[in-house]
Amino acid sequence: MKQTDYTIETNRPLTADVYEMTLSGDGTPITAPGQFINIKLSGLYLRRPISVCDWTADSVTIIYKVVGKGTAALSAMAPGRTLDVLAGLGNGFDVSKCGQHTLVIGGGVGTPPLYGLVKALLAAGKTPIAILGFNTKSEIFYEDQFRALGVETTVTTADGSYGVKGFVTDALPESYDYFCACGPLPMLKALYRATTTPGLMSFEERMGCGFGACMGCSIQTKNGNKRVCKDGPVLEKEEILW
Amino acid sequence: MVNTSVTLSGIKLDNPVIPASGTFGYGYEFAEIYDINCLGTFSFKGTTRAPRFGNPTPRIAEASAGLLNAVGLQNPGVDKVIAKELPKLREVFRKPVMANVSGFSLDDYAYTCEKLDKEPQVGWLEVNISCPNVHNGGMSFGTSPEAAAEVTHAVKAVTTKPVYMKLSPNVTDIAAIAKACEDAGADGISLINTLLAMRIDPRTRRPILANGTGGLSGPAVFPVAVRMVYQVYQAVSIPVIGMGGVSTAEDVIELMLAGATAVEVGAANLTDPFACPKIIADLPKVMEKYGINNLEEIIGGAHHG
Repeated sequence: MKQTDYTIETNRPLTADVYEMTLSGDGTPITAPGQFINIKLSGLYLRRPISVCDWTADSVTIIYKVVGKGTAALSAMAPGRTLDVLAGLGNGFDVSKCGQHTLVIGGGVGTPPLYGLVKALLAAGKTPIAILGFNTKSEIFYEDQFRALGVETTVTTADGSYGVKGFVTDALPESYDYFCACGPLPMLKALYRATTTPGLMSFEERMGCGFGACMGCSIQTKNGNKRVCKDGPVLEKEEILW
Repeated sequence: MVNTSVTLSGIKLDNPVIPASGTFGYGYEFAEIYDINCLGTFSFKGTTRAPRFGNPTPRIAEASAGLLNAVGLQNPGVDKVIAKELPKLREVFRKPVMANVSGFSLDDYAYTCEKLDKEPQVGWLEVNISCPNVHNGGMSFGTSPEAAAEVTHAVKAVTTKPVYMKLSPNVTDIAAIAKACEDAGADGISLINTLLAMRIDPRTRRPILANGTGGLSGPAVFPVAVRMVYQVYQAVSIPVIGMGGVSTAEDVIELMLAGATAVEVGAANLTDPFACPKIIADLPKVMEKYGINNLEEIIGGAHHG
């Protein structure tokens, strides 16, 4: 964890309520895909945890959905503004645990950290397959960016307006040796049942501090209590109590 | 050179700044980013006789200038704290530490305190009779003078180290409860714990916290803390540790003027992990600003003509 200032370089809508923000600043505290940054916003007491989509040594990309005061404030910010962030938080996806043919499954605004994961898997010489699930065509984002990485990408929409009609579980391939997922809880629960291999799942919880001090986001697992912010957000399928 | 040191029941602190229990774990997360030996001391995560997971999530809700928590005393239980956490804590913190204890019966409090009292690094026991987030315990002991006195007696009977009773603000007469603790042998009073609070989500039309209610902390409660520390200082002659929304060195001075010998910092650690070292670094400047050479001289200063 490092407290640092990031400067907004770009901030643009990808859909009606999902935004991509690119930031310049020290990206070196981020050590794994699936980690998050915790952003201080003027007038709001708690920081806002947002997953990292992509990063380099001197830049970070986040994608966020406007759901409340914090994300609404973020969406209105112009390039040039600086943000006080805690960077490199959480336990991300461990690429060394992933198989050669890892399924990477994102649901809605759970998709962004999987972009960084796919890049890391490719860099590790693996051949991931992406499944991105959305409610409807107008909510789809980053399909082109995933394809541009050269990975086989399937998009599902719940209403059938684009790609495979149904949920991500309707698009699981016959053959894969591991999976990594991030998305809404019902999706993770469905994947817990539908997947046939070990895997990693990224969880979300209301947080106090975001760095393991307050126990505000604890959940119970087969391996004892885990703090979603520090021991997670990425946890192993095998330890989840479902 | 100004003098920031204070003495708490015979133990000298380099400065009066103490991270509050429940906002600092056992210190490790903070030790990753700064040398926590700069602190006066810290009060570690509230410890109970048996392990506790606490309440279901959501446990956190935001407020204007603060937050609500309903963690519910999650901790591994006193035996594991002694076996696993304190040896690790020793590696990152060299000073005497404050052991925070909660319980659900007099026997619980005595059992846990007696064990922690024997730990060499424990300098003080801070006995929480004010947790608003657990049912049938905690706060119920802190809401009547008689019950508060009973816990104090039970703990003092089995311990040798200074005992600070941590009081709830959710009472009609905080001074009477503090006085009852003093009469029962308490070495000091620690206050305030969080204020019982609630937020409701208009979208779900339900309380945000799974527990329904939670404890409000942060700058929103600071004036309440100042008032209650002031009242308790008038009522007792034992030292008072003040807390409640402290975020700056100015707040430390204000709470000490109200009567605090030392000051705990809680919620601020969660939004700014460097809150305590920043306050410590700012203290000499703020002391100079107000013409204070020796911090101990201002304790209770607001009470004098």
